[in-house]
Amino acid sequence: MADYDVTQSYMQDISLGTSIIAVSFKGGVVLGADSRTSSGSYVANRVQDKITPLADTVYLCRSGSASDTQAIASYVQYWIAEHQAEKNGPVDVSTAANLAMQLSYNNKNMLQAGLIIAGWDKQGGGSVYAIPLGGTLLKVPYTIGGSGSAYITGWCDKYWRDDFTEEEARAFVVKALTHAIARDASSGGCVRTVTITQAGVKRDFIPGTKLAATFGELPTPASS
Amino acid sequence: MSGIGTGYDLSVTTYSPDGKVFQTDYAQKAVDNSSTAMGIKCKDGVVLAVEKLVLSKLLVEGSNRRIFNIDHHAGMAVAGLQPDGRQIVNRAQDEATQYKSFYGESIPGSVLCERVASYKHAFNLYWSMRPYGVSSLLAVHDKAAGPQLYLVEPSGIAHRYYGTAVGKGRQSVKTEIERLKFDQISCRQAVVECAKTLYKVHEESGKPFELEMSWICEESGWKHARVPAELVAEAEQQAKAAAEESDMED
Repeated sequence: MADYDVTQSYMQDISLGTSIIAVSFKGGVVLGADSRTSSGSYVANRVQDKITPLADTVYLCRSGSASDTQAIASYVQYWIAEHQAEKNGPVDVSTAANLAMQLSYNNKNMLQAGLIIAGWDKQGGGSVYAIPLGGTLLKVPYTIGGSGSAYITGWCDKYWRDDFTEEEARAFVVKALTHAIARDASSGGCVRTVTITQAGVKRDFIPGTKLAATFGELPTPASS
Repeated sequence: MSGIGTGYDLSVTTYSPDGKVFQTDYAQKAVDNSSTAMGIKCKDGVVLAVEKLVLSKLLVEGSNRRIFNIDHHAGMAVAGLQPDGRQIVNRAQDEATQYKSFYGESIPGSVLCERVASYKHAFNLYWSMRPYGVSSLLAVHDKAAGPQLYLVEPSGIAHRYYGTAVGKGRQSVKTEIERLKFDQISCRQAVVECAKTLYKVHEESGKPFELEMSWICEESGWKHARVPAELVAEAEQQAKAAAEESDMED
């Protein structure tokens, strides 16, 4: 059915050329993402929200095909709603991650979705799960994803610690994304973070102009 | 007996003028005529016990199971029509494995109870099928709610219990265990109490019987398992002694 010329950049699949990250700390998790949605070299949305709620205290970072990840998020939200009604209580992060994995794995040939699921629940505290392209489910202390993640793997390995406080975890997330955005053409815009603890959910937003300049970058002019 | 529901008891889709569904009541009678099964939720686990009447000397001991594993963390004791009971066990096992495969966690007790109850209830709705003549005692342990005991009746009614019994001796058993302090009794003590109670209740019948017991507790690794044979034997000894004592007091 591809009788249009897919090399024309505006015809390419909408992709979340992306940088996403999630880090757990004692008592919760911090999720972070950039805000660029690209269609080839056209930036379809420069203020996209890639951190999607699945339940009150479980959120999803989306990378890959925008439509695929939106569809997955939609299904998982629905199943979680049913599950919480039957169980009469909030969903566990591990359960939410399992549901997303089922979709990802069973439809691996048709989907392009790199997911990070993170949140807080009474059983496991703050937890982070990575679900890369093939549908593997990995429980991890922190993880990065999207096209921009390739440029910060070494940096994250070096500066991550397993005893972050909430503020340190958030600072780590923001710095990591700043570096990824600086080097990845498919990542950009602003940095969004979501912090989840037993107390609830805090959303934050840092405009691109307010991000610290990385090596070789000109600092933002004072007037901006 | 046969005069009671005349005309209104032929089908599960017919109400009687006083609001009963007689077929459901008759299914309950099938359970009431079965040998006694009981369960106790203690402070540190759940114990299930069944009085198995020995129908013939030709039967191999320990066969004719009345207590089944539903999953590692859940077990079911069956009272009533045994073949019906086997179907309910199969259904519960399917629910448990499907839940785990989809949600990645063991089925919670309340959810398993709901699934079994909804399933049984469906057979009280349709003309083409009869209700299951089975009451199920569910022993479950999950991290969120700890040890739990549920009873699901043929009608689909289900409740969560500290202790309960079904079958012929249920009234006597319930009277006996009512005095127990459920938040203080341990599983080991409950095993002895179950044995004592079933022996006491059985006294009235006089026929030989086997005691089948299972539990979920720390000692069993929080898995549903048969109570170890030595403990059962010990409990039976204590039960027989207690029964003789009360005989002498008469």
